[in-house]
Amino acid sequence: MVEVDQKNRNIHRRGRFRQALEGYAFLMPNFLGFAAFTFLPVVASFILAFYSWDMMQDARFIGLRNFIKLLTNPEFWYYFYNTVFLMIGIPIGMLLSLGMAMLVNQKLKGIVAFRTIYFLPHISVGVALYVLWVWIYNPDYGLFNQLIRFFTGLEGPAWLSDRFWAKPALVIMGLWAGAGGKSMILYLAGLQGIDPSLYEVADIDGVGAWGKFRYITIPMLTPTSFFIFIMSVIEGFQGGFDQVIVMTGGGPPPGATTTISYYIFTQAFEEQRMGYAAAVSWFLFLLVFAVTLINWRYGGRRVHY
Amino acid sequence: MISEVERSKRRKQRRDLIRRVISYLVLCVVALTMVGPFLWMISTSFKEKDDVMTKKTHIIPWRVFSYLRTAEGPQRVKLLSDNGQVARVREILPDGTVGSLRTVPSQEVVSKGRHYLKSRNYPEAWQEGNLGRAYLNTLIIAIFITFGKVLTSSLAAFAFARLNFPGRDKLFLAYLGTMMIPETVTLIPLFVLFRKVPEILNGLFNTGYFTASLYIGDWFVGTAMGVDSYFSLIAPGLFTAYGTFMLRQFFMSIPRDLEDAARIDGCSSLAIWWRIILPLSKPAMVTLVIFTFMGSWRMFVWPLVIVDNPKMMPLSVALKLFQDQYSVEMTLLMAATVIALIPILTVYISGQKYFTEGILLGAVKG
Repeated sequence: MVEVDQKNRNIHRRGRFRQALEGYAFLMPNFLGFAAFTFLPVVASFILAFYSWDMMQDARFIGLRNFIKLLTNPEFWYYFYNTVFLMIGIPIGMLLSLGMAMLVNQKLKGIVAFRTIYFLPHISVGVALYVLWVWIYNPDYGLFNQLIRFFTGLEGPAWLSDRFWAKPALVIMGLWAGAGGKSMILYLAGLQGIDPSLYEVADIDGVGAWGKFRYITIPMLTPTSFFIFIMSVIEGFQGGFDQVIVMTGGGPPPGATTTISYYIFTQAFEEQRMGYAAAVSWFLFLLVFAVTLINWRYGGRRVHY
Repeated sequence: MISEVERSKRRKQRRDLIRRVISYLVLCVVALTMVGPFLWMISTSFKEKDDVMTKKTHIIPWRVFSYLRTAEGPQRVKLLSDNGQVARVREILPDGTVGSLRTVPSQEVVSKGRHYLKSRNYPEAWQEGNLGRAYLNTLIIAIFITFGKVLTSSLAAFAFARLNFPGRDKLFLAYLGTMMIPETVTLIPLFVLFRKVPEILNGLFNTGYFTASLYIGDWFVGTAMGVDSYFSLIAPGLFTAYGTFMLRQFFMSIPRDLEDAARIDGCSSLAIWWRIILPLSKPAMVTLVIFTFMGSWRMFVWPLVIVDNPKMMPLSVALKLFQDQYSVEMTLLMAATVIALIPILTVYISGQKYFTEGILLGAVKG
C-alpha cells in the first residue's frame, strides 16, 4: 500500500510539467472557439460601442456619444419599461411553479405522467410554439377568445394587435410555457430535499396544513426560490426576443412590445446602426451584471439555510 | 369500543379517498391547460380552412359545415336536419355568424360529411414552406453542433476536473462568467465577423472562393463560409461554457481510484478520458447530447441574421418565413408547426428521464 502511494506520488511529481501541457492541450479546442466566438466578439462589441458605423462607410470614433444618446433617448426608456413589464410574470410564475411542484410531489399513481405533461410546453418553446400562440390569440377565431365567448358571452380583447393587451398576452404565454419548466423541477427537487421529520414533528404539535406550508416549506425552499428568482431576472432582462420577433414585431403600435433585446436587433440589422446597437447591448450586459451583484449581496441575507 | 375504532378508521379512509380524488381533479385541470394549446394546434392542422375561420369551432376536426348548391357556387351552411326530402339549414355568414333558417330540397345540400379529417394540409405545408430542405438543414446543423459541443466540452471539462495546470481555476471562473453574457452582445460582432472575414480573405488571396456558392451535383449547399453557409451556422455553436461546467461537475464526482490505477499502468490522459471518464459519465453525456440537440434544433436569431437564401434556412427560420407569407392560412401553418415540433417531442419522450437530472446538474452553481 505504502509502496503504491510512493509510486503514485512520484508519477505525479514527474508529470507536473507534462500535466500542465496536457491540460492546455485538452482545453485548446474549446478555448480557441471560446476565444474566437465569445471573447473576441465581446471585446469587439465594446470597442464598437464607441464608434458610429453602418457597415458601408468607414467607422467613425465618436467617444461616448452612443451612450449619451442612449441614456437621453425617451424611446429607449420606454423599451426598458416594456422589458420590466414583461418581468411581472416572474413572481406569478414562481408561485405557479411551486404549486405545480407540490401537486406532482404527491405519492399518487401515474404522477410521473403528469410531470411529463407539465414539462411539455417548456420543451416545445421556440418559433413553432410562438406561431401557435399567434393563432391562439387571434381576436376572432383564436382559442382564447372562443373560450371567453363560450364562458362569458363577451368579446375578448384583440390581444397581440391591441396596444394595451399585447404585453400581458406575452406574459400569459410566458407563464404557460415556463411554469411547468425548469422552476418546477427545481422546486420539486427542493421539496424532496426537505427532511420529512420536520413535518412529523409539526404533526405531533398539531400544526395544520397551512402552518406546515408557511413555517416549514416556504423557509426551507428559500434558497431554491432565491436561485430561481435571480435566474429569472437575468433571463428577463434579456427576454422578449424570439417571441417578439415572431409574434409582434415590436408592436402594435410600433414600440409597444419592443424590448431591449429586440431594440438592439432592429438597430443593428434593420437600421444598420452597428455602433449604437453595440452600446445598447453593453448597457444590457452591465444591467445583468449589476443585478447579479445586487441580488447576491442584499438578497443573500434573507436566505434561510 | 371496537366499532368506534373501526368507524374512525373508515372515516380516515374516506377522507383519504376524497383527498385523492380532489388531487387528481386538480392535476387533470392543470394538465389540460398544458395540453390544450397543443390539441388546438393539432385540431386546426386537420381542418378545412372554412371550418377554422368561424366563431364557434369544434375541437374535433370534423367538418361541421355542409355546402348548399347555389347559382353563385357552393355556399357554406350549417345543416340542422335532413329527412331525405327537405333539409333545414342555416346560412353561415362570412364573419362566421349564423344567418336565418332556410328549408331547401335535400339534394341541394352537398358534402354532408361530419366525419371528415383533412390530412392534405400536411403535404401542402411541407411543399409550400420548403420544409423538406429546412428539415435537412436543421438536422445537419444539429448533428454537427451536438457532436462538436460534446467533444470540446468533455475535453475541457476533463482538464478542469482532473489535470493540474497554472491558472486553471481562474480560467474556469472566466468560463463561468461568460454564461452571463447576453446573446445580443456577441450577435453583432459575430455577424460582422462572418460577413466581413470571407470578403477580406477573398481580397487577400485574390479569389472569389470564400464567398462562392457551392454545389454537389446541381444541389446547392451554400457558400464556402460567411453568409448562407453551413460553416457560419455551425461554427459559433461548437463551444459551450454551460456544457463544460455541467460535465466538470459530473467528472468531479467520479472517484479517482480507477484513474490512479490506470496511470500506474501507464495510461495516458487521453486514454483515461476516453476509456474511463467518458464511459462512467454516460448519464451526464446523454443529458448534454439531448440538451444540445434540442438547443441547436430551435436555434433562431443567429440563423435569422446569417441566412438570406431560403435553401439554407433551418426549420425555425423557414417557419417564420412561412408565417410571413401565409399568415392567414392557419390550417397550413399549424400543420407546419406540428411537423416542426414532432422531432422535439420525440426526443423528449424517449429521453424523458434525463431531463430532470440535466436541469439539476446544470443548476447547482459551484
